[in-house]
Amino acid sequence: MHGFSSFAAVGVIVACLIIMGSFSLVAVNIRTAISELEKNNEIMVTLDKDLSEADAKSLGSEISAIANVRDRIYVSPEEYRESLVKEMGEEYMIGIPPDVFSPQYRVALEDISFAAETELILQAIQGVDTVRSPSREMSALLSVRRVVELVSIILTALLMVVSLFIMANTIKLATFDRREEIGIQRMVGATKSFIRWPFIVEGFFLGIFASIAAYFLQWAAYERFSNDIGKLADSGVLNVLSFDELRLPMLAVFVLIGFLVGVGGSVMAIRKFLKT
Amino acid sequence: MVRLVDVCKAYDNGTKALRGVTMRIDDGEFVFLIGPSGSGKSTIIKLLTSEIKPSDGKVMVNGYNVNTIKESSIPYLRRTLGVVFQDFRLIEKKNVFDNVAFAMRAVGCSPKEVKKKVPYMLELVGLSHKARRRPFELSGGEQQRVAIARALVNNPLVIIADEPTGNLDPERSLEIMTLLERINSLGTTVLTVTHEKALVNRFAKRVIAIDGGRIVSDKQGGYYSNESTRN
Repeated sequence: MHGFSSFAAVGVIVACLIIMGSFSLVAVNIRTAISELEKNNEIMVTLDKDLSEADAKSLGSEISAIANVRDRIYVSPEEYRESLVKEMGEEYMIGIPPDVFSPQYRVALEDISFAAETELILQAIQGVDTVRSPSREMSALLSVRRVVELVSIILTALLMVVSLFIMANTIKLATFDRREEIGIQRMVGATKSFIRWPFIVEGFFLGIFASIAAYFLQWAAYERFSNDIGKLADSGVLNVLSFDELRLPMLAVFVLIGFLVGVGGSVMAIRKFLKT
Repeated sequence: MVRLVDVCKAYDNGTKALRGVTMRIDDGEFVFLIGPSGSGKSTIIKLLTSEIKPSDGKVMVNGYNVNTIKESSIPYLRRTLGVVFQDFRLIEKKNVFDNVAFAMRAVGCSPKEVKKKVPYMLELVGLSHKARRRPFELSGGEQQRVAIARALVNNPLVIIADEPTGNLDPERSLEIMTLLERINSLGTTVLTVTHEKALVNRFAKRVIAIDGGRIVSDKQGGYYSNESTRN
């Protein structure tokens, strides 16, 4: 009975950790994507193609006067073409006439959260054709992150309580199995800590075993799903972190939670048992 | 030394188990505590082992004040006592040696001490040749001797035997009582709670009779008579 209960406790902790871990991994990936966007907090301002180079350059001071603009760099049509060649290769340019490109400004912002407002001001400037900013992706990601983080925190708290309860019940069964031995130990003068430690050690090993099992399962699952999502990443839609980058923090968090649940559950159960 | 001064004990359900009990057991004594069921004998044992606290009065056991003892000190009080029960309370999955060793390990004795002391205790109770047997392979008398060896192994000052012969035939009962007398002759105080009239009368030790939560008789070399208790 106690063996089955230990197995059940490990199973529940593994399941809880994997659910918790999955949400955390999604949250971490979103956070990383947001940081990447924040690093590129630039707005690409494309000017009218017909604008002369002198007129295009003169718009620079007007752009600099906007409060949220930290810096602006003028990119001539030739420079822009060169940057595309560098990024994508000369063959990408085959068949594209050289005069198709417009002059541009790369505008760096002070605060990315005001990107949408800045975009509107830039759009209103005479001579500006289009304004491209990461504000829409950013706000979508921010709201997804908020939801995922909230769900992640609530789930973590709930699942930790469930795991603690299951672990406490397992150790309670262990103490029940050994109640006669415990009674004799108390009668002959064993201290409470002496009686307690074997159960705490049991809880510790169950918790650590469960956390390591959950870690490897999580790793396998992440690799499997990140391969599929990676195909989207290749198309530039999503950038999935490699598990290698997350390995150590993930292991540390899993082991810490396994330890807390294992030892915490045991302490709860044995404390109650020794009180009676 | 055990000392109870004007001790009263009322349980939460209102039962008054002890009503002004005063008694003193000096080191090296052999005392029978007799009385009918519900007379308060078990309550006295629970007070001595600090399982409960008195409602009133004072209880001193081997230098520990049970009224004020801290929870963390209770194990150390219990190490000065050896308790023997009617139902032996041996661990079925452990052999005789390990049952006795269990008590030493529980108080933190080293394996070396265990290896040295347990065979000596088994020899004292006459069970050296059955050290590897499990409790279910032993007779009732033998099981009780293992329990006595376990109670003795940590050198307690007082042995408390709660109906130690309750599950034994008269011959085995006599053996157990003789063993307790021998242990007493080696210097350990023995307090035996019993209903066995014949044994009490045969050993002619100090007899404390309790009835209705009060001590009704306390005689050196006393007998189990109808004046002592109703039983």
